[in-house]
Amino acid sequence: KYIHIINKADMAASKGLKILVGCKRVIDYAVKVRVKPDRSGVVTEGVKHSMNPFDEIAVEEAVRMKEKKLAGEAVAISVGPPQSQETLRTALAMGIDRAIHVEIPLAQLEKLQPIHVSKLLAKVCESEKPDLVILGKQAIDDDCNQTGQMLAALLDWPQATFASKIEPSQDSKQLRVTREVDGGLETIDVSVPAVVTSDLRLNEPRYATLPNIMKAKKKPLAKMSPDQLGVDLQPRQEVISVEDPPVRKAGAKVESVEDLVGKLREKGLVK
Amino acid sequence: LLPQLLLRRRPAPAGAFALLARPASSASGGLPPLTTEIHPGIKRGAFSQLTDADLSAFEAIVGGDHVIKDADEVLSYNIDWLRICRGQGQLVLRPKTTEEVSAIVRHCNKRRLAVVPQGGNTGLVGGSVPLFDEIVISTSRMNSLLSIDPVSGVLVAEAGCVLEQLDREAASQGLMMPLDLGAKGSCQIGGNLATNAGGLRLLRYGSLRGTTLGLEAVLPTGQVLDCLTTLRKDNTGYDIKQLLIGSEGTLGIITKAAILCPARPKSVQLAFLGLDSFQAVLDTYRLARRSLGEILSAFEFIDSESMRAVKQNLGLSCPLGEHSFYVLAETSGSNETHDREKLDGFIESVMSMDGCATDGTVAQDAGQFAHLWSLRERIVESLLVDGYEYKYDVSLPLADIYRLVEHMRTRLDGRVIRTAGYGHLGDGNLHLNFTTPKFDAKVLELIEPHVFDWVRDRRGSVSAEHGLGLKKSQYIRHSKADFAVRVMAEVKRLLDPNGIMNPYKVLPDE
Repeated sequence: KYIHIINKADMAASKGLKILVGCKRVIDYAVKVRVKPDRSGVVTEGVKHSMNPFDEIAVEEAVRMKEKKLAGEAVAISVGPPQSQETLRTALAMGIDRAIHVEIPLAQLEKLQPIHVSKLLAKVCESEKPDLVILGKQAIDDDCNQTGQMLAALLDWPQATFASKIEPSQDSKQLRVTREVDGGLETIDVSVPAVVTSDLRLNEPRYATLPNIMKAKKKPLAKMSPDQLGVDLQPRQEVISVEDPPVRKAGAKVESVEDLVGKLREKGLVK
Repeated sequence: LLPQLLLRRRPAPAGAFALLARPASSASGGLPPLTTEIHPGIKRGAFSQLTDADLSAFEAIVGGDHVIKDADEVLSYNIDWLRICRGQGQLVLRPKTTEEVSAIVRHCNKRRLAVVPQGGNTGLVGGSVPLFDEIVISTSRMNSLLSIDPVSGVLVAEAGCVLEQLDREAASQGLMMPLDLGAKGSCQIGGNLATNAGGLRLLRYGSLRGTTLGLEAVLPTGQVLDCLTTLRKDNTGYDIKQLLIGSEGTLGIITKAAILCPARPKSVQLAFLGLDSFQAVLDTYRLARRSLGEILSAFEFIDSESMRAVKQNLGLSCPLGEHSFYVLAETSGSNETHDREKLDGFIESVMSMDGCATDGTVAQDAGQFAHLWSLRERIVESLLVDGYEYKYDVSLPLADIYRLVEHMRTRLDGRVIRTAGYGHLGDGNLHLNFTTPKFDAKVLELIEPHVFDWVRDRRGSVSAEHGLGLKKSQYIRHSKADFAVRVMAEVKRLLDPNGIMNPYKVLPDE
């Protein structure tokens, strides 16, 4: 199970950890999301999309680990429509070495679930053999918070979720991960290979600088299909309806203190 | 979850918090000096004094709740946003309808009481606050959006509507307001029209003189001027609304406006570049016009001193290293793929051109977009933290723009905290600012009239977009022929025979 235990000397000698980072293309967090009139989902056509913010943090962490020489190679992977390539280019522009795009046909995209994504990632891990997989803790469109955990289970690897810090352990043989949990912070040591999911305070992602944006265009971006990976995308869930949250009832504006007191009396809140 | 992210990544929108972030003149110790102390030469006009009978009349028009006499409340209406002026107005009126405004002005005209129309009070030339005891007429309660036509793009609103809110309403119909400025969270559309506000996107959408289709205003006699058409083309007679636009509240009070709103772009991209010479800035601008052409929607430059101010005084971070200049080049278009391709082409040219941009980034998401823009939009706010700000806004031939900054920086060396230059490069508009811990008359003497003379000698404008207000009225002849000024005075006399409408502003004291 926990096969390799790499120590720091080994890490340096063996060119460092190989990291696989997951990136999802989602509706930009600043966009006002609108529900489709037929209530089957939200409007995505013509809407600004960008990399899931937690995935940006994951990419940033991978790049920083490379800069600290803890990692040797960082590979980004995205499961999604053709436009996911732009998301991968952003990752490449931030310092990732190469990218893999598992392209999902539009018809199957809406029914794609974390169970499918984690199976696809697990298959890629079999061939890529990364030492560490970093995923965003959850995507801001579905808020599932499942892919990292499912992936670890499928691979039978240890998992450290909601990471706010990743560093070598005391004896440099493992990774020491600080996790954000309800009660505060929990620090655990995990052996590699492992799955880690990033939380908000792990780091602040860098801006992609122009020279790197230009270089990113030349970095390798490989395409794969779910069929090639032998993963069945049969949906396990059916979305019945998507609705807006109930509209807040309008308050009443008053023009003067006398008005306010009058209204409070009306409602029997003051004598 | 999302609010956390927003707090972490995006600074507060510049406009909305601009007033709150204003320093309480702590460096200069409390209230700004009385304007009459800074300009002792200006004498109060032959206006009447306020009486109890006047107060009763106003109470009958707007209701007791909207007649503000309390000294503490009235004080905030007497101080401008830059905190360089403090008037001695005793009374603020807050009408709700055009009829109320008309009744107030009619009364004031009959009684020869001076008035100051005030919107968001974000003007930068002391034009929106009293000098002596003028009555402030605030349009803040006239804040209804009257209509938006999604087909023609025409938006009709009352003068007190806040620009940012109008933009949000327009957005819900796939439209946008044709102007944008740092004060958007507080400024009102009536004031924007009265000052012919320019802003960040004049380069693309033109000035309010073109995008305003109609307006309604109350003239100084109290009569209502209804030019509120929503027609795109109407060549029937003299276009009187053009007199009111840019009149800075001296020819009447605008009460409603009809604005032509462009379609909201589907794709907005932002490149932020670091350059090491002003020539590089000019070369980059030429490149931008050639490669980005019709999708270019803003081209702003910032000098290193301005960047230092936002970093030191507001704690904002700049993703690029130290450079002499920074440029924001924004594109707005209807097709993301097409626009990104054009932007990539522009960036490639910029990077391969010798001596051009050496460093830069492209905003990857809305958070980065907002942050990069805040580095430009919050410069004014950051300079206020130094203490007292001397603000200048000039139009010059492009090649002369930074020469003026360097010239003044040398002239004021050692006397000021900083000399900051930035602005709408695409419009040939420089914003030049100096800061000292407290108001220093000697520094003002070194600046004025020298800076205006320098601009006049190069046939520039002594006020590109901020207007003349109180602060620059005596320099009008630096950029306008004497006869033109006399014609303006005739128009003022015609529309405001008693001179009650925002006296002491715009036209020189003759």
